[in-house]
Amino acid sequence: MLKTFQLGGIHPPENKLTAEKSIQKMAIPKVVYVPIAQNIGIPSEIIVAVKDTVEIGQLIAKSGGFVSSNIHSPVAGIVTKLDKIVDTSGYKKQCIVIRTDEKNLSNFEKIIYPLKTNIELSSTEILQRIADFGIVGLGGATFPSHVKLHINPDKKIEYLIINGVECEPYLTADHRLMLEKSAEIIVGIKILMSALQLKKAIIGIENNKKDAIALFKNLTQNESKIQVASLKVKYPQGSEKQLISALLKREVPKNGLPPDIGVIVHNVGTIFAIYEAVQHNKPLTERVVTVTGKNLKNPANFWVKIGTPISDLIKEVGGLPEGTRKIINGGPMMGKAIKNTDVPITKGTSGILVIAEEEASRKKTENCIRCGECVFVCPMGLEPHLLMSLAERGLFERALAEDVNSCIQCGSCSYVCPSNRPLLDYIRFGKNSVKNLTLIQN
Amino acid sequence: MSTSSIIVSASPHIHADRTSKKIMYDVVIALIPAFLISIYIFGFGALIVTSVAIISCLLFEYLIQKYLLKTTISIGDGSALITGILLAFNLPSNLPLWMVIVGSLVAIGIAKMSFGGLGFNIFNPALVGRVFLLISFPVQMTSWPTVLENNTVFADAVTGATPLGIIKDGLMMGETMTDLSSKLPSQMEMFLGMTGGSLGEMSALALILGGLYLLIRKVISWHIPVTMLGTMAAMTGIFWLINPEQYVNPLFHILTGGAILGAFFMATDLVTSPMTKKGMVVFAVGIGVITVVIRLFGAYPEGVSFAILIMNAFVPLINSNFKPRRFGAPIKSKIIK
Amino acid sequence: MTDSILNSVLLLTSLGIFAAVVLYIVSKKFYVYENPLIAEIDELLPAANCAGCGSPGCKAFAEKLVNTEDISALFCPVGGNKVMQLIAEKLGKTVAEKDPTVAVVRCQGSCEVRPKTTIYQGPDSCAISALIYSGETDCQYGCLSEGDCVKVCLFDAMYMDEITGLPVVITQKCTSCGLCVSACPRNIIEMRPRNKKDLKIFVGCLNEDKGGIAKKACALACIGCDKCVEVCPKDAIIMFNNLAYIDPVLCTLCRKCVPVCPTNSIVETNFPVKKEIPTPTLPEGKGVYPQLQKNQLEKNIKAINETVKKLKTDA
Repeated sequence: MLKTFQLGGIHPPENKLTAEKSIQKMAIPKVVYVPIAQNIGIPSEIIVAVKDTVEIGQLIAKSGGFVSSNIHSPVAGIVTKLDKIVDTSGYKKQCIVIRTDEKNLSNFEKIIYPLKTNIELSSTEILQRIADFGIVGLGGATFPSHVKLHINPDKKIEYLIINGVECEPYLTADHRLMLEKSAEIIVGIKILMSALQLKKAIIGIENNKKDAIALFKNLTQNESKIQVASLKVKYPQGSEKQLISALLKREVPKNGLPPDIGVIVHNVGTIFAIYEAVQHNKPLTERVVTVTGKNLKNPANFWVKIGTPISDLIKEVGGLPEGTRKIINGGPMMGKAIKNTDVPITKGTSGILVIAEEEASRKKTENCIRCGECVFVCPMGLEPHLLMSLAERGLFERALAEDVNSCIQCGSCSYVCPSNRPLLDYIRFGKNSVKNLTLIQN
Repeated sequence: MSTSSIIVSASPHIHADRTSKKIMYDVVIALIPAFLISIYIFGFGALIVTSVAIISCLLFEYLIQKYLLKTTISIGDGSALITGILLAFNLPSNLPLWMVIVGSLVAIGIAKMSFGGLGFNIFNPALVGRVFLLISFPVQMTSWPTVLENNTVFADAVTGATPLGIIKDGLMMGETMTDLSSKLPSQMEMFLGMTGGSLGEMSALALILGGLYLLIRKVISWHIPVTMLGTMAAMTGIFWLINPEQYVNPLFHILTGGAILGAFFMATDLVTSPMTKKGMVVFAVGIGVITVVIRLFGAYPEGVSFAILIMNAFVPLINSNFKPRRFGAPIKSKIIK
Repeated sequence: MTDSILNSVLLLTSLGIFAAVVLYIVSKKFYVYENPLIAEIDELLPAANCAGCGSPGCKAFAEKLVNTEDISALFCPVGGNKVMQLIAEKLGKTVAEKDPTVAVVRCQGSCEVRPKTTIYQGPDSCAISALIYSGETDCQYGCLSEGDCVKVCLFDAMYMDEITGLPVVITQKCTSCGLCVSACPRNIIEMRPRNKKDLKIFVGCLNEDKGGIAKKACALACIGCDKCVEVCPKDAIIMFNNLAYIDPVLCTLCRKCVPVCPTNSIVETNFPVKKEIPTPTLPEGKGVYPQLQKNQLEKNIKAINETVKKLKTDA
């Protein structure tokens, strides 16, 4: 019996087109657009000026507060502009535009990093480096990792959970990373365990990635502290709360965080970034991105520099196919549709999905037939139909009382609704209005 | 590529295949076996009553949407079709056709459209139509044609009562169950549908087949039918054990009347049933209890329609009191999943 | 027979008496004293319950008026000075006099001048579409055209122009309650003073992008060229973030800024049309804009004149 979470959940078609394709190195882009708002929380502060020459890995924007992160230059070159560019949020945001110096870049890129297993840094040094090198959660939420690892001393952490679930359809970035960098990930886990003096770590992987499960089981044979758990394929298992519930049968309390029940969760991508930062002094300037879509000529996984325009990636997989109607930054369930392909890759971009007419268009909204399907699939035990009608009528205080803030925006309700009702649109609106309302009240 | 064709919408960007229309047509498919049995038993009459009910339901919905509400016409969504079929299933096969039309008007016009159409009605439209007819025309609504005799002609040759009616009348006259047992059909006959009664409630077998189809297609969940029939069996079982001379056995209660039709098709109506599993159980227990109370102590021999309508009125209350367990909330008792 | 009649009469009478007693006791026991002034003030208020004053409704506002010592900061925009004066007399307090205002839509980005680059799919709500992205056009400051302002207006004072895709305020009906102002996620609608004959001059653009980018997104965008600032004799025009803003207090409606604007972003309404429409001073050969603008302006003027005429005949 495979483990999974209790409440709700759906199983959309997996469509993992690129599961067999190893990660290719992208050519260095000519120009990169590095947005300064790449993490949840406070945007970073720019510390370079136009015409400055920057090196690979040089700090170009420093953390703007506690819940913020450093940003490093992904390429060597010259800062040409500090401009406002449409980023993944759909709005124009401040960006640092760097033109690559084509003569300089090749040497740095050729350095090969050998696997380095012994951990030399002390606990505080490790945590400091994670903060300095701009590591954020690479699962998509981009929460600064040092904030997550900064644990209140009165909370006792028992488990480190490694999130290798990747429950979003289409995406295979984490899957490929696990297959190709498995040894490094194990070292990364050990780094975090030694930094926080943890006794147990569990790697959670969904059962549709049998090769990764086998590989990690093999690698951890002699590691008594690291466990590998295979999970039943169910969306949204990759969500922190659902993953903890699936592995440990513990539930994060309402308005609480995983440390409240003695757990911290990190994505495999983040673990790999931590490994590189701690062992090789490499700041977070590139990540794995799946570029996929049923009509693409050549969908693939790439190592991409942060700030590369999406158009470069699309070119690499054979251009936008005829009849493309939607370009999504992320997976089909939680990703954001973007306006055009000039949008740059950020630390949170795990995939680019290109879809055509038949899937892209929303169908006509019909009357709610009160089938309760949204209630059955909600992984947080909410009543989406009720939250939607409350938000529609502007009854935000009641929506708050109905726990609208617990919504993790997984989209399961909108996915199953037989009447094609835009449930999540309204719930998101309700959540946002509730946030504004509480801001005003305080 | 011209950028103006790019669509931007909020997540999620994919959608499950299931649509309201598909759900509705699944229900229609599930009703087919029972319909075929009723044609076999009642012949032409069943066909005519059903078609009249369907056509008039669709027509009334169309007319109301077009001329009264002036909204978009949605008769294609299948809900009026189901209302028509279910209404017909609850009528005797020799009911005068104008009554069928009146019933359809009440079902669609009063029970459905006046609340705002699909999804807004509180009561099951077909049952409102049926109960309206039952109260207004009790004689015609409770005289059924004899089984397998009027196969060819649509005639109003009226005969006997339903098994439940036989018992009710018999007990009123002071007879005991042993006296009555000779007048009643065997349980096998009831299971297959060779007894008197409304058009669609004849064959338990055909209805269960349809119900299983709905369960497999996940249109309904097991909670309502199983709980409702279980409650009925338990309650009638207790009375039967106390005094077998005055009360019939539970199996009889489940197989006769509208119990199975109600449990699988009427009580599970998506719009008028609760939206949580806990709520469904409460709802179904309520229906079971009220049905048994009406059957054993009420004036009418059959009480499923009344029971469902009464519990329909409680659905909003049930919905707001039996909420799903929130994630992270303390686990109080074993959760009905 | 007589028995049953008597019985029912007795029963019903006793029931009635019992209920009356209960009602009497309850009404005495749970009586809540309310200052009679509140009801009187409530009478004076327009009963629109629009919340334009900041209170959740007219009754709540009446309570606030009665219970607050200094009511000079409180104002009912719908009732205006007239109602506030009556209230002041009744309460013996002083109220501040405010100039009447009217809602103004500060975006001219009609479908014609502001091309759509994407298609939005989702609920017809500006607030929801604003959560997702910057809108169907390339201007992230302009109108989203889903009509939230029209939906909230309680006085039927707004409608969506189907050709331009922009909301229009019917000045005569506008009570300046401010509901539309707070409903707009882009803050396009501004309350500006209601001048004589409803004359208005304002910058019909909120685009803070640099000139070129703004111009590309919308032909009528303010490009921050400073020409209006230079020509204004009263220094009423402020340039901030590549965007001009005309201070309604300082502006004397001299109309000098209107012809100098190279993109026609400055809107003047209800002025007698005396001059020919100025040809926009754009570099030669730059395509369709001059013609487009001229057409647009003519259309605008025509539409406004028609609305005014219609309103006059209505009145």
